[in-house]
Amino acid sequence: MSIELNDSDCPVILRGVRPHFDKVRNVWLLLAPERALKLDDIGRAILDQVDGKRTFGEITKALADKYDAPVERIAGDARTYLIGLMARRFVEAR
Amino acid sequence: MTAPRANPPMAMLAELTHRCPLSCPYCSNPIELERKNRELSLDEWKDIFTQAAEMGVLHVHFSGGEPASRRDLEDMVAHARDVGLYTNLITSGIGLNKRRLEALDECGLDHVQLSLQGVDAEMADWVGGYKGGYDRKMQVAEWIGEIGFPLTLNAVMHKKNFDRLDETIAIALDMGARRLEVATVQFHGWAAKNRAALMPTREQAKQARLTVNAARERLEGVLVIDYVPADHHSDYPKPCMGGWASTGINIAPDGAVLPCHAAHSIKGLSFDKATERPLKEIWYDSDAFNAFRGFDWMQEPCRSCELKAKDFGGCRCQAMAIAGDPAATDPVCIKSPLHAELVAAAEADAEADAELVYRVMPT
Ligand code: SF4
Ligand code: SF4
Repeated sequence: MSIELNDSDCPVILRGVRPHFDKVRNVWLLLAPERALKLDDIGRAILDQVDGKRTFGEITKALADKYDAPVERIAGDARTYLIGLMARRFVEAR
Repeated sequence: MTAPRANPPMAMLAELTHRCPLSCPYCSNPIELERKNRELSLDEWKDIFTQAAEMGVLHVHFSGGEPASRRDLEDMVAHARDVGLYTNLITSGIGLNKRRLEALDECGLDHVQLSLQGVDAEMADWVGGYKGGYDRKMQVAEWIGEIGFPLTLNAVMHKKNFDRLDETIAIALDMGARRLEVATVQFHGWAAKNRAALMPTREQAKQARLTVNAARERLEGVLVIDYVPADHHSDYPKPCMGGWASTGINIAPDGAVLPCHAAHSIKGLSFDKATERPLKEIWYDSDAFNAFRGFDWMQEPCRSCELKAKDFGGCRCQAMAIAGDPAATDPVCIKSPLHAELVAAAEADAEADAELVYRVMPT
């Protein structure tokens, strides 16, 4: 089975997965069961948009506007990133 | 000998109690179990969690024994969440009811890790030594699902159940678990008494790897499967705990602070109590925590080996148990002079059989 994320899908950050600012190490992390994933600026920018309400298409449009970048490129990067999180069961597409 | 300055710890294993309604023969608890009257108080635990968060600990794993045997578990979870920790409950499910689970939900519990002793009542109740345990666990799993806690199912695998791995995976799916840990039994603590009863065969380990790989492919995006194979089937040791005292910190029920849950087996080390010395000092400055940090403590063949930064010479407790010297090369490594002996002993135990020796509390 390979994971898909279409424009009409609505990605959600699953319960038990939450961004956390680590004051000791001075980094943003995504905390999940048994895992702490370092969040870089791009990861944070993408996850900031994942509110469980908007579709992937709406999210990439918003990112493209915000960063003044071509939507196809943004969509490619965001899709790869989110599919990675889906494979780890941090995010789900509904 | 100077050890390099350590990084802050990432995770804490809080062994709240050694009490447990079950008596699994592979329990990793030490043979000398702590009695209830030696356990830390709620306030002592709260103080530990506050210090842990300040030091940079991210995850706290509530463990035991059975952590639900502590009636104040809910207060501990609430406090740990308040100070910013990610809270994980490692439980057999026995001792929890719907009301307690709802209370834990309100306290902000992030995640539940449920252990599985067998794939049906007959097997699970036999392995856990607790009649009715399986049915109760299934009921608890249903409540966990209803509340919506993220769930990891933890299955300890051994000679007697490896052939039923497919059913184990099916149970994880039925329960709606997001993760499944397929963990081959580690022969520390009580498990060391059950080598002949539980040591898996080479054939079983090979088959398990195939089953896990096929399931991972089939269930991508549905179930994450972590597989911990048996040590002696590989040529090199695992980087035990990511290196001694590098990432995790353990608190035993009486407050002893350890770099890993089996560390009390190492003779010659004395462990401070969290009630007697600040956690930060124990982590950075205590002799026990610095004993095997860095590379200066190593002997040959590790000392001149290019893999030492990758596996840190393996497990200190295993070196202690088999080589009688905690600074020796982990005998799992093919470069260890004891490797052949270790493999032969494991193969002999795999071919042998024995009755289960259950874990017992002191009377
Ligand atoms: S391994 Fe079994 S006996 Fe030991 S704490 Fe866990 S459930 Fe209890
Ligand atoms: S000799 Fe030591 S460092 Fe080298 S692989 Fe073996 S255990 Fe690891």
